[in-house]
Amino acid sequence: MKIPSGKVFRNDAYAKVTGKAKYSDDLKFFNMAHAVPVYSDYIHAENLQVDTGAAEKSAGVLKVITAADVPGSIRFGQIDQDYCMFAEKKIMCAGDVVALVVAEQRSQALSAAEKVVISADPLPVVSDPEAALSPESPIVREIENSNLMNHHKMRRGDAPQELKNCDIVLQEEFSTQFIEHAYMEPESAVCVPRQDGVMEVYGSMQHPFSTRRFVGALLGEPLSHIEVYQPPTGGGFGGKDDTAAIVCARAALAARLLNRPVKLTYTREWSIRESYKRHPYRLNYKVGIEKSGRVKAVQVRMISDGGPYLSVSPWVNWRSTAQCFGPYTVDNVHADVLCVATNNPVTGAMRGFGAPQVNFAVEQISDIAAERLGISPLEYRRINMVKQDGETVTGQVLDTHTVSMEQVMDRVAGEIAYEEKLGRCSRGTSEGDELYGVGLSISYRGSSLGAEGMDFCSSVINCQFDGSILLETGIHENGQGAESVMLMLLAEQLGVRLDRIKYKRSSTSNVPDGGTTVATRGTIMGGGAVTAAVQKLKQLMADNLYDVLQCRPEEVRFADDHVLGPDSDSKITWDEAMQHLFLKRVYPYAFGSFQAPDVSWDEETGQGDAYFTYVYSCQAVELTVNKSTGKIKLQNVVAAHDIGRAVNRAMVLGQMYGGITQGIGMALSEDLEIENGKFAHLDLNHYKIPKARELPEMTGIIVENPDPQSPSKAKGIGEPALELIAPAIANAVYNATGIRYRDMPLKVNPEDLK
Amino acid sequence: MSAEQTTPVLTVNGTEHALTEAELNMNLLDYIREVLNLTGTKNGCGTGACGSCTVLIDDAARRSCLTKVSSVVGKRIATIEGFERPDGSLHPIQQAFIDAGAIQCGFCTPGMVLSAYSLLLKNKHPDREEIRRGINTNLCRCTGYQQIVDAVEQASKMMYP
Repeated sequence: MKIPSGKVFRNDAYAKVTGKAKYSDDLKFFNMAHAVPVYSDYIHAENLQVDTGAAEKSAGVLKVITAADVPGSIRFGQIDQDYCMFAEKKIMCAGDVVALVVAEQRSQALSAAEKVVISADPLPVVSDPEAALSPESPIVREIENSNLMNHHKMRRGDAPQELKNCDIVLQEEFSTQFIEHAYMEPESAVCVPRQDGVMEVYGSMQHPFSTRRFVGALLGEPLSHIEVYQPPTGGGFGGKDDTAAIVCARAALAARLLNRPVKLTYTREWSIRESYKRHPYRLNYKVGIEKSGRVKAVQVRMISDGGPYLSVSPWVNWRSTAQCFGPYTVDNVHADVLCVATNNPVTGAMRGFGAPQVNFAVEQISDIAAERLGISPLEYRRINMVKQDGETVTGQVLDTHTVSMEQVMDRVAGEIAYEEKLGRCSRGTSEGDELYGVGLSISYRGSSLGAEGMDFCSSVINCQFDGSILLETGIHENGQGAESVMLMLLAEQLGVRLDRIKYKRSSTSNVPDGGTTVATRGTIMGGGAVTAAVQKLKQLMADNLYDVLQCRPEEVRFADDHVLGPDSDSKITWDEAMQHLFLKRVYPYAFGSFQAPDVSWDEETGQGDAYFTYVYSCQAVELTVNKSTGKIKLQNVVAAHDIGRAVNRAMVLGQMYGGITQGIGMALSEDLEIENGKFAHLDLNHYKIPKARELPEMTGIIVENPDPQSPSKAKGIGEPALELIAPAIANAVYNATGIRYRDMPLKVNPEDLK
Repeated sequence: MSAEQTTPVLTVNGTEHALTEAELNMNLLDYIREVLNLTGTKNGCGTGACGSCTVLIDDAARRSCLTKVSSVVGKRIATIEGFERPDGSLHPIQQAFIDAGAIQCGFCTPGMVLSAYSLLLKNKHPDREEIRRGINTNLCRCTGYQQIVDAVEQASKMMYP
């Protein structure tokens, strides 16, 4: 049964608003010890020596763990097994952990940690990705003979040749910065050895199954010996995978070695120091355009900073490649996307995943091109954007779903009165202190993993004979409301009351591994799995209840908390249906799985059906720039996204507002200042995420073209919401000041306005 | 009697707690979480930047991570657990947070609720800009604050129609 539109549903809201929700650090177990990590002052060094003698003798200390104590693999990773969970012989970056001090009390572990003596021979620090590619550069990773970690290509048509024949050729360079996820809850793990030999892991993480692999690797134990539970997670945004999993793995190692529960809770300082970041990019575009406004050729080189460990950089870079020129159709594209090893902080997954950096460049280029052509920015976009049955830059024909790029753009442009307000922009001159500008950007985003991974997910519906129902899926709650969406889809499709269903506490020893809850795939993949399980359950119930309803199995219907025959005279309540099944000794239990439709990719040409469907987005912003201070003040934001259909409307809007806000932070205030591999600051006082007063009121428009590629017709909103406000802001700042800012975060120097 | 008078006491959610010398030296956040086991108050940064550790000290929203227990002896402390009514029903601010969709990961939520409570004590009918000012020192990374502002607006209407 459907929740009335406009009403919010969250199965975890009561626990969270009352403070009853137990996050990982809120858990206590009998005889629990406490662990803390030890870092070194080196950025890049060899011949590491760790003297734990004094620390071991410190009050309350149970053990000081180093690489020498690891029974399994010291190194692990999602792609390459290179991420060092304990530094062994070398220090590769500021976040490397050399030891773990375990003590009866946390305060004892903290004071003992200061007594660990570390020495090493410093090596030159590699910190500039461009310089790191030169043959003279020191090599960061011993396992390779160059600092090039990854290189994705697109070779479509002949861009270098066609660029020679274009009426206009734009050459533009952009750069983006390190971004911290800044989830409110720092990493935490509590590990409890169980009497049957299984290690129970409770941790702040996005992906219990991924965590289980890291724990298994460090302990050298099979996956069946580890059971990972996910307590409420205080935000992730892509950031609670590798690092959060390693925090769990270290706590598990301590618990295994001491054979008692161990808690490892991070401070904000450790969290910033060790967790991976969004990749900084430098992007160089050459764009050839015909007088008609049509883009004929694009040549682009992107270089991203990978830090010393691979993490998921190749996947991040792959999305940058597949979407290397935004939502536009171009016949000639020559793209090179490089990831380079440095001794800077590790970079990896963050909401947006290689798209925000590209969009920052591409959507400014759209406005630059329109101005050169003397046409409206909307007109330029209309000429070049992907259309129904049209082709993407990867050669994919978009004929499986509604291509709503133009519809979405028109909704935003209409709502904010873009064309009219464009004419009122200050362009550097105004009577008062404030310069006014409006700016817009569009994007499309491939849903789910695409050709970067194996994409499938499952769900279990376990109906109880008393009428209640248990649901689980391979998708996990990161705060976005994933469980609620799954519950709502089940209630709707099975025609039962929502309060009959309980979401089963997630455990890696129950439902099969459904892949990580990333890539805006929760709703589409989890929803697909629920839909598949519902279909099986309905079939099972129809086959066993049709005689009761005096009809044929294919005539059995499910609605209004009843199971019905073809006419409303023959019906039984859900509870009665369960009783009938019990008496027939039939389990109302179904396992369903959803395999994403096929995708394809050619590594050499960068051509293929990159994603099985796309989300179409447009965002626009109005702002003012103060002439004497350069301060940028956002006045209004309008966003529209075609997500197939909205399951939990208020939560869709919440994702939009939150994503836009993270994008605003990236555009205007967030910058992890890294100097030669060193952090300038390790706190949220200096790393400035947006506050309530810095934000304007936002309008979210949900566009719904049900997507046949998604069994539930719904797609996701998590990442589309974040990936395109920054270029809209940059365009608006240009329209206000007449100055084009190509580096994030945008800083307007008032001197430039004189 | 005199011995009782000299024992330092902290009132948390209406219950008086006698303080030991060691407890007096703790910060209020650790005391609340580790000694009283009231884990609804969260530690998000430890440097006063995020507001996840917000509690009410004599009805004013304060950061417990930067507050020494010894500095608040004799004062009234309220945490999110103190909002629980005997019949289990929610405070209108809490209900409004649920109804407005103001909760995502939930880590900032208890602190936000307490800051909102403190604001509405001082200003029964704040406009949206005043609400934003009232919660400005509480960071949220999930929601973009808009539905939190909606929630406080709704709560104000429910509490002071």
